[in-house]
Amino acid sequence: MVDLMIKNSDETKVKSPKQAVSKLKNTIEKKTVFGTKNFNLWYGSHHALKDIQLDIKENDVTAIIGPSGCGKSTYIKALNRMVELVPIVKTSGEINYRGRNIFESSYEVEELRTKVGMVFQKPNPFPKSIYDNIAYGPRIHGIKNKKILDEIVEKSLRGAAIWDEVKDRLNQNAYGLSGGQQQRICIARCLAIEPDVILMDEPTSALDPISTLKVEELVQELKDNYSIIIVTHNMQQAARISDKTAFFLNGEVVEFDYTDKIFSTPRDGRTEDYISGRFG
Amino acid sequence: MASQGLEKEQSVQQLIAQSRNKKGKKIVEKLMPLILIITALISVLTTIGIVFTLIFETFEFFQRVSITDYLFGTEWLPFSGSEPLYGVLPLVLGTLKVSVIAACVAVPLGIAAAIYLSEYASDKTRRIVKPILEVLAGVPTIVYGFFALTFVTPLLQQLIPSLKIFNALSPGIVVGIMILPMIASLSEDAMSSVPNSIREGALALGATKLEVSLKVVLPAALSGIVSSVVLAVSRAIGETMIVSLAGGATPTFEFNVTGSIQTMTAYIVQVSSGDAGYGTTIYYSIYAVGFTLFIFTLLMNLLAQYISKRFREEY
Repeated sequence: MVDLMIKNSDETKVKSPKQAVSKLKNTIEKKTVFGTKNFNLWYGSHHALKDIQLDIKENDVTAIIGPSGCGKSTYIKALNRMVELVPIVKTSGEINYRGRNIFESSYEVEELRTKVGMVFQKPNPFPKSIYDNIAYGPRIHGIKNKKILDEIVEKSLRGAAIWDEVKDRLNQNAYGLSGGQQQRICIARCLAIEPDVILMDEPTSALDPISTLKVEELVQELKDNYSIIIVTHNMQQAARISDKTAFFLNGEVVEFDYTDKIFSTPRDGRTEDYISGRFG
Repeated sequence: MASQGLEKEQSVQQLIAQSRNKKGKKIVEKLMPLILIITALISVLTTIGIVFTLIFETFEFFQRVSITDYLFGTEWLPFSGSEPLYGVLPLVLGTLKVSVIAACVAVPLGIAAAIYLSEYASDKTRRIVKPILEVLAGVPTIVYGFFALTFVTPLLQQLIPSLKIFNALSPGIVVGIMILPMIASLSEDAMSSVPNSIREGALALGATKLEVSLKVVLPAALSGIVSSVVLAVSRAIGETMIVSLAGGATPTFEFNVTGSIQTMTAYIVQVSSGDAGYGTTIYYSIYAVGFTLFIFTLLMNLLAQYISKRFREEY
């Protein structure tokens, strides 16, 4: 892990000593949330992720970009083991969440998913009231007190910047909301159990530009308290909101670095081709 | 251009125009809706005819027996020569006893089976188990009837010695077994149509499989499940052969389930297969009972429709 960090920062072309210090400080202070070591994943015989090495830091927004089918969604679904819902999946190597391998047989998947929340590509609220959507997570984890639940619901909806829009209709079905609002309800639902990491799988691809902007602003606000990993097809989005970017191609990590570096002076020719729109 | 190849002959558009102008096609186009309307009307008119006959003959019955005696009387003794009594409540109670027992058997088992099939069973298991369940629905009810009489009743008598040969318990349980596949199959359909994305949303919050099944999928499919239960209970109310064979022919106004009963349907069978002369009060009474039964099942079906509309979850 440490080797990789140093390698990454070594290769960063340092423009000023000040910048160098800040970057070094960054690397030293920020703890690793997800350390991926020699991670491979197969769907049946299809080798979808090849020897992934990736260290994701806390309180960063990490963007994962790459063309369709490059394994980026598979990778973040591996981080909360949602990928195991596909029965033919096999894995090797390690993904360490806060230092513990999540693929250890003794690791309880519910415990992992309580810490690592997820927002999906298509908004998927439950066919319940807005209130019940948000309260679902806390309830299944044993919080029954109405007063505490009320507080959690308000706090989560405020956190997802949707409180003002829905505060007068908390008892209405969440399916009556617009797509963008539904997606923020899903983010609020995720915030309600106060996870450590939020995984976002192309959270704005089904949304209109205004809703997209709102979700992007939200990501910026959330990064103070959460580590966010976001898969996106939209390279401008990655450039706008992320601190670090990983470029995936054919199941491999081609390049992983600070976002400004990836988008200004990529190290690998394939990264440059992709971000300049020559393929993908 | 593509049309050049066809130049010597005719263009495709010309061929289409020729075919369109053929007379036969036009007549068929006009005639077909008429034929379809007639076939649709046959079933509608038959239903209306049946309902009108029921109402007509029931009206005749109430010329002879007062409607309050019928609705609130607690003794049904049509065959006591000098002073026949036509209080329908014992028959209604018999029907309800059987239906309630049937529901107690079928609802928990049916929903549990549906949860297993929809949420836990592998594709392979589901492909094997579901058709078997549906075969259970195809067993003729007369077979269930003698199964109740010759197998279930003796078995229950071992447990409850006071159980009569004809009783409400045994046919109730067997009617429950009969409607179980209906509940299981329809509820499974309702649960399977809940989109996977919703399950994933719950799993991603750290929910266990059971929590997803009971607190997300079940409520989301509730309208389908409830209407399947109501439909199945309405089947149970109308069920005839099982209760005729195993329930007995003694209408009683008692709430115990170990004694002989008579249901509305079984009474109609008894009179129809006996020799009640045309025009007698007994003859008209089966229409009154039939009409009562019709009202019951109609209300149940309307309830099922209302529930599935009113509580439809949008997703």
